[in-house]
Amino acid sequence: MKRRDLLRTMCVAGGSAVLGGVTHLEAQDTDTASGRGQAMGVLVDTTKCLGCRLCEFACAKANGLPEPEKEIDRAVERTPTPTQLTVNNRYETEQGPVSVKRQCMHCLRPACVSACLTMAMHKTPTGAVDWDGKKCMGCRFCMVSCPFNVPKFEYHSANPKITKCVMCVDRLARGEEPACVAGCPAGALLFGRREELIEEARKRIYTEPGRYVPHIYGEHEAGGTSWLYLAKVPFDQLGFRTDLGTTAFPMYTKEFLYSVPLALTLVPPFLLAVNRATARAHHEEEPMIEAEGET
Amino acid sequence: MEATSVPIPRLASGFRRFGRFILHELRPKGKILTPFNVITGVIVAVGAVLLAIRFIWGLGSITNLSQDVPWGLWIGFDVVTGVAFAGGAYVVTFMVYILGQDKYHPIVRVTVLNGFLAYVFYAGALLLDLGRPWNVINPIIGNSFGVSSVLFLVAWHFLLYMVAEAVEFSPAVAEWLGWDRLRKLLKGLTVGAVIFGITLSTLHQSGLGALYLMAKPKIHPLWYSEFIPILFLVSSVFAGLSMVIFEGTITQKVFRHRVGRSLRASHDGIVLGLARVCAGTMFVYLFLQLLVFVHEQRWAYLGTGWGAWYLIELGGFVILPAVLFMTALRDRNLRLTRVAAVLTLVGILINRLNVSVIAFNWYAAERYFPTWMEIVVTLAVISVELWVFRWIVNRMPVLDFARHDDSDELRARVAGPPVAYQTQE
Ligand code: SF4
Ligand code: SF4
Repeated sequence: MKRRDLLRTMCVAGGSAVLGGVTHLEAQDTDTASGRGQAMGVLVDTTKCLGCRLCEFACAKANGLPEPEKEIDRAVERTPTPTQLTVNNRYETEQGPVSVKRQCMHCLRPACVSACLTMAMHKTPTGAVDWDGKKCMGCRFCMVSCPFNVPKFEYHSANPKITKCVMCVDRLARGEEPACVAGCPAGALLFGRREELIEEARKRIYTEPGRYVPHIYGEHEAGGTSWLYLAKVPFDQLGFRTDLGTTAFPMYTKEFLYSVPLALTLVPPFLLAVNRATARAHHEEEPMIEAEGET
Repeated sequence: MEATSVPIPRLASGFRRFGRFILHELRPKGKILTPFNVITGVIVAVGAVLLAIRFIWGLGSITNLSQDVPWGLWIGFDVVTGVAFAGGAYVVTFMVYILGQDKYHPIVRVTVLNGFLAYVFYAGALLLDLGRPWNVINPIIGNSFGVSSVLFLVAWHFLLYMVAEAVEFSPAVAEWLGWDRLRKLLKGLTVGAVIFGITLSTLHQSGLGALYLMAKPKIHPLWYSEFIPILFLVSSVFAGLSMVIFEGTITQKVFRHRVGRSLRASHDGIVLGLARVCAGTMFVYLFLQLLVFVHEQRWAYLGTGWGAWYLIELGGFVILPAVLFMTALRDRNLRLTRVAAVLTLVGILINRLNVSVIAFNWYAAERYFPTWMEIVVTLAVISVELWVFRWIVNRMPVLDFARHDDSDELRARVAGPPVAYQTQE
């Protein structure tokens, strides 16, 4: 009967390890969901953005990346690339042209982090989502999972990296603001605690209702993001997805993850019971016989 | 234990004999320059070159993967579809060892072997797809457990399941080597391994679906639902069994000389039995699909091209084969079961590729289609798997083995020729 006990112990152990993970996920939720604590962010006021793209240049410089092209076709909607972590696009809207800077949204409960099986993608205490090359195995599950299609992969390298905006974690650690914010000449980017940024955004909407649509993109989208946007036209005209819902993406896998420890602890005893019940029907396969005493 | 009581000279000669036996067995049996060998040989050679290129110049050098399509053929077919096809092993071991349906015993070994190799090669194909494979060790040795990741669970379950299947198959290896006592020991582990294996299978078959749960905004609503895991699990039952039927047909022809009396006698009954289980689970699956259809209010999409494709998948490759299975059962028509099995397999292929590749990023202007090089690498993986399968089936008692531990049949085989190792005694 030892084997059965062993099996049971293994299952319970495996189950509780997974359960530990799930509770970890939960804890992470309650910590950051409300945006309390240290969560920092950036408020992007697209009504102030000049479209000068100096944020792109500041980003490239701070991250040691090649300088972006000076002349670009403004009609083309660009997305970040492995060598350019932020892009500034111009959209022709009913209210005239609007420039929008895009980069990682630094979700409060990031899909990429919960997707990562090596914890290479991780949320830092300041709220920035960072990537660790010593851990990443390049599976690209973070790319599959990110609702904003942010992480990029170096497909033409033998030592490829996952690249994305990391909100200048090093500068943040030194108490500085992100490079793009420092480089913006128009005050379109405001760095601060997310809670206060939301207050500020609300204040702007209330005081100048003609200037803004009453929507802070990122306050609730995909469970809330550290980067927040204000605009004078609805966000679907600015290349934003407005069908993402307000559920944090890791929640979509929660039920499955919960069922794992249950299955690991409940299925084996059930199978064993059925096996015992039918044992008479197949006594020659008698499971628990010890091998001994044969020639 | 055994070794310590054996005098050294006997041990040494035992080793020598063992070495000679292994060398003898390593030699290929039969003709080398058959059309099959030549074709697969070329494919494997080209695949090896392509993989070298891939590891030197990066994934982009031979694949059509992009920033919008991070997972292509290698994940969508090799891993997601391949593992569904390998589901037969857990279903058949469940029927034989848990439900005690002895009727299916003659196919247990070949099914487990197929399952094991499928996992080794198809799940192993995951490694080819990793950008930084040297770090694959991180989530295994435990310095970085991303336990909230579905992929973490799936990867671990693959690994553990391979161990479980190796244990399930190990008695055949022991018989091949003529190690009777070890065989008895290993045999005693079978039921434990089976229970563990079935549990893991239910979790990672559904887990493969759960991988796509966070891709909600990217997958067409006709294929995305919160129920993907359960749909993947249920469909893995008939996917796996259809594969068993399909492979059985080929095995019966190609390895005719290796098929034992009990399998030959019971093969038709087994196929019809499997067909019944297939048809049953397919109707359960259809019912679930119907519930999901209503729950997700999918009728709005039916009028589009995607809707037509969805109806083709379910109508042509689930309902039709299910009905064919039923008809085949009524008429005891083996040929029809094979047709139904092939249709079912195509249906699973379509379904898995729909979720992972075709309906993924369905709104994108630029569609992904694999390069010929991705396809060749996939074929190379399959070719090597077939080689290993053939090597094992031609040597170990896979298609011909005794059910009872103490039957005369087995004793005769273990003790007598043509096992070279034994005859040297
Ligand atoms: S936007 Fe994407 S990459 Fe950035 S934190 Fe959110 S899930 Fe991660
Ligand atoms: S590619 Fe790297 S960072 Fe992204 S999920 Fe995989 S291991 Fe994590």
